[in-house]
Amino acid sequence: MEKDKKGYSRRDFLKTSGIATGAVIGGGLIGGLVGYNVKREGKTTAPEGGNKEGVPVQRQGGLKFFMSANEFNVISQATERIFPKDDLGPGAIELGVPFFIDNQLAGHYGSNAREYMQGPFYEGAPTQGYQSSLNRGEIFRQGIARLDEEAKKRFEKPFTELEGKQMDEILTAFQKDEVSMNGVTAEFFFKLLRMATLEGVYADPIYGGNTNMDAWRMKGFPGHHASYLQDIEKDTYLELEPKSVSEMGP
Amino acid sequence: MAKQLDKVDVVTVGMGWTGGIIAAECAKAGLKVKGLERGRDRGTSDYQVIHDELRYAIRYELMQDLSKETITFRNDRKMRALPMRQMGSFLLGEGLGGAGTHWNGMTYRFLPYDFQIKTETEKKYGKNKLSSDYLLKDWGITYDELEPYFDTFEKTIGLSGEDKNPFAGKRSSDYPTPPMKKTPILKMFEKAVSNLGYHPFMVPSANLSETYKNPDGEQLNACQYCGFCERFGCEYGAKSSPETTVIPTALKTGNLDIQFHANAVEIMKNGNKVTGVKYIDTQTREEFIQPADVVVLTSYVLNNAKLLMVSDIGEMYDPDTGKGTLGKNYCYQIEPGTSGFFKDKMNVFMGAGALGMTIDDFNGDNFDHADLDFIHGASISLTQSGNRPILTNPIAPDVPVWGEAFKKASIEGYPRNLFVFGQGASMPHKENFMSLDPVYKDAYGVPLLQLTYNFTQQDINLHQYIGDRTEEIMKEMGAETVVAGSPITDYDIVPYQSTHNTGGTIMGDDPADSVVNPYLQHWDADNLFAVSAGSFSHNSGYNPTGTLGALAYRCAEGIIKYSKQGGSLV
Repeated sequence: MEKDKKGYSRRDFLKTSGIATGAVIGGGLIGGLVGYNVKREGKTTAPEGGNKEGVPVQRQGGLKFFMSANEFNVISQATERIFPKDDLGPGAIELGVPFFIDNQLAGHYGSNAREYMQGPFYEGAPTQGYQSSLNRGEIFRQGIARLDEEAKKRFEKPFTELEGKQMDEILTAFQKDEVSMNGVTAEFFFKLLRMATLEGVYADPIYGGNTNMDAWRMKGFPGHHASYLQDIEKDTYLELEPKSVSEMGP
Repeated sequence: MAKQLDKVDVVTVGMGWTGGIIAAECAKAGLKVKGLERGRDRGTSDYQVIHDELRYAIRYELMQDLSKETITFRNDRKMRALPMRQMGSFLLGEGLGGAGTHWNGMTYRFLPYDFQIKTETEKKYGKNKLSSDYLLKDWGITYDELEPYFDTFEKTIGLSGEDKNPFAGKRSSDYPTPPMKKTPILKMFEKAVSNLGYHPFMVPSANLSETYKNPDGEQLNACQYCGFCERFGCEYGAKSSPETTVIPTALKTGNLDIQFHANAVEIMKNGNKVTGVKYIDTQTREEFIQPADVVVLTSYVLNNAKLLMVSDIGEMYDPDTGKGTLGKNYCYQIEPGTSGFFKDKMNVFMGAGALGMTIDDFNGDNFDHADLDFIHGASISLTQSGNRPILTNPIAPDVPVWGEAFKKASIEGYPRNLFVFGQGASMPHKENFMSLDPVYKDAYGVPLLQLTYNFTQQDINLHQYIGDRTEEIMKEMGAETVVAGSPITDYDIVPYQSTHNTGGTIMGDDPADSVVNPYLQHWDADNLFAVSAGSFSHNSGYNPTGTLGALAYRCAEGIIKYSKQGGSLV
C-alpha cells in the first residue's frame, strides 16, 4: 500500500515528434477509403526504464477484427453519418473511429468478456436490458451485413455507394427497429453503433480514435491535466491545449 | 474437501469501507483479523494512468467482473427474472477498497427523522399517511446514539465541509477540514437557491480540501480538482478510500491478514453459532474454510444478503404473508432533475466527485407534508464533478441523437449545460425485495441473488414534486433553455441511476422485523455480524456512505465487546 506520491505526473518523457504512423494496411483496402490518407499522429515514446536507449516505439495501424474491406468501409461510412465532418471539424473517419471500433471488437468489449453470458437466454422486458446470447463482435458483424442487405433492397446498391441521405434512411430504419436481425434487435445494434462511435470520437487517442485529440479540441475538453487547483475558482472560460493520458504514465 | 485453515478471532467477507473499518478497529484492539477479498490488491500506485474515461468510466475497469457473478432482476413477481448481463443502473465494486475506491466522496449524515421515521411520521401525520403496503420502520437506533460514530468516521476520512445546514442533526464537533472551493458554477446555484429563500451549503466531501492526517496517522492529500473522481481511483491519495485510510491502519498493527482472490461461498454454522467462512480461491479453484470466533459480513448490500440466503441463516421474507425478514425492505433512490443550457461557456471539465452545493429544505420532514401525497424528500444539489466527453452530450429534447445536428448541438451544449438534481428517498414496499434465483448461478455454482423491484406511487409523487423544485431553481439560475426531467415509470436496470442500493439485511430492535440488532449482530447467531447499506430499513435523500461508515464503527464496537463478554449485545 505504499503511496507513490512522487513522479506520477511530472515524468520527463522522451518524445520523438513528427513520425506519422499512418495506417499501414493492404493497399487495396486503404485505397478505397475516403479520408484514410489522413496522417495519424502516433505516440512514439519509449517507456521509461525498460528501454534505456530511447528507441522509438512505433504504433502500427491495421485491422484486428474486421476481415473484409467492405465490412470496414460500411462501418466507416455509418460512423461518419453518425458523427459527420462539418465546419466545426473532423468527422468519425478522420478521427479514426473505424479503427477504434475494430480495435475494441478484437478485445474484451467485442467478446463481452466481463459480462454475464451464461444461459438460458430469454427475450425479457426492456427494463431488464441486454439479453442476447450474441456478443458485440457477432452483433456488429451481423449488423454490418444487414446494413448492406438493406441498401441493396431499398436502393439496389451496396451501402458504401449510397448517397448520405440514403444511408441516413437506412440507419433511421435500424434506429426505429424496422429491420429484422437474428438474436438481437436492429434498435439495439444501432444504439451500440452510436455509442461505439461516440467512444471512438472522444476516447483518449491511445485507443486509436480521436486523432490528434481533435475531437477534444472541438468540444473544449482538455483531456488529462494533472491539476486545476489554480484555475477552479476562475470566472473566465479556459481554453487549454489537450493532453493524452499517455503523458500521465509510463 | 475444503482445506481447514487456522482459526482467527474475526473474519470479514469483503474489504471495502465496512470491512476496512471493522478490520482497523478490531486489529487495533488486538484481535487477529482475516480479511477475505475476492478481488485484487490495489492502492494509489495503481491509479497512475487513471485519467481515462473509456477504460474506467465506460468499461468499468475497477468494478465487478459480471462474468463471474451478477444478479437477476424483474420488476414484479409476475415477470421472469433475468440476469443483469451488463452493468448499468448501479456500479458494483470489486477489489481492495470495493466501491469505496471509485465513489464520489459525498458524505452525509442521515437526518434524525430517518432513524425514527415510523414514529415521527405517525406522530405528525397519523397512521395512514402511507398505505400498509409500505413497510416503514424505525432503525432501533437514534441519531443521537449514532452521532459519536458519525464523528469518528468523519475524522477518519478528514471530511471537508461547513456546518451551515439548518436541518442537519446536532454535531459534537466541526468538520475536520474546511469545505472545498466554491467555484463560479456553484455560486450560480447558491445565489439562485438563496433568492428562493432556501439554505445552501457545501456538500460534505471526502475529496479533501487540504492535506490532513487522520487520528490513526494516515496522511491524505489535497484534492487537485482534476475532474476524474467518480468511477476512478485517486492518483493523489486525495480521496478518502478504504485503501488510503482504514486498511493501512489495520495492516500496521500486524493483526490483519488479507486473503485476495478469495470468493466467499458459504457461512459455516453449528447450532446457533457460526463457525467460519468457506471460500474458493478464484485462481486455483481450491476450497478453504476459514474458522473464526466472529464472522462479519462486510460485502456490498447484494452479496451480504445472498451469503445469508445460500447459508440458510435467518428466515426468508415472504411477500404473500409478510413473514420472514431476510431480503425485506430493498430500497433504492429516485433522481428527479432539470437540465439547463446557458449562454456562456463554463469550465465544466474541472471538478471533483463531491464538489457541489446542496439544499435540505425539501429533504426528510424538513417541510410540511400534510397536504402532500408522499413522505420524505430529497437533497437538491448542483455538483461539478468533472464532465467528460463520451458520457456528456447534452442536447435539447427536440435535437436528433445522431448526425450533423447532434454533433453541433452536443458540442455547443457541452460547456454550457448544468444539471440540478434531487436524490430522492426510497420507502420500503412489500413487493420490493431480494431472494435467491432458482435458475441462474455464478461462476462457482452458487445461485444468483434475485431482485424484485419497481418504483411505487410514493416514488412517482415524490419525483414529480422534487422535479418541479429543480425546475424552479434552474429557471432562477437564468438558463436560456430549461429542460425538466420526465416523470418516472417502471424501474429500468439499464441506464445509470445510483449505486445507492439498500436493505435486505435490515437492522432493528425486534427480531420479528429485522435481520440484525442495533449492534449489527445477527438475531439468530450472536457471533455473526452483517453491516452494509443492507442494514438500512429505508433509503434517505442522501448518499449512503456517511451513515454506512457510522454503522460500521458501531458494529466494530459491538464485535470488540462481544469478543470480551460473548452473548447478545442487546
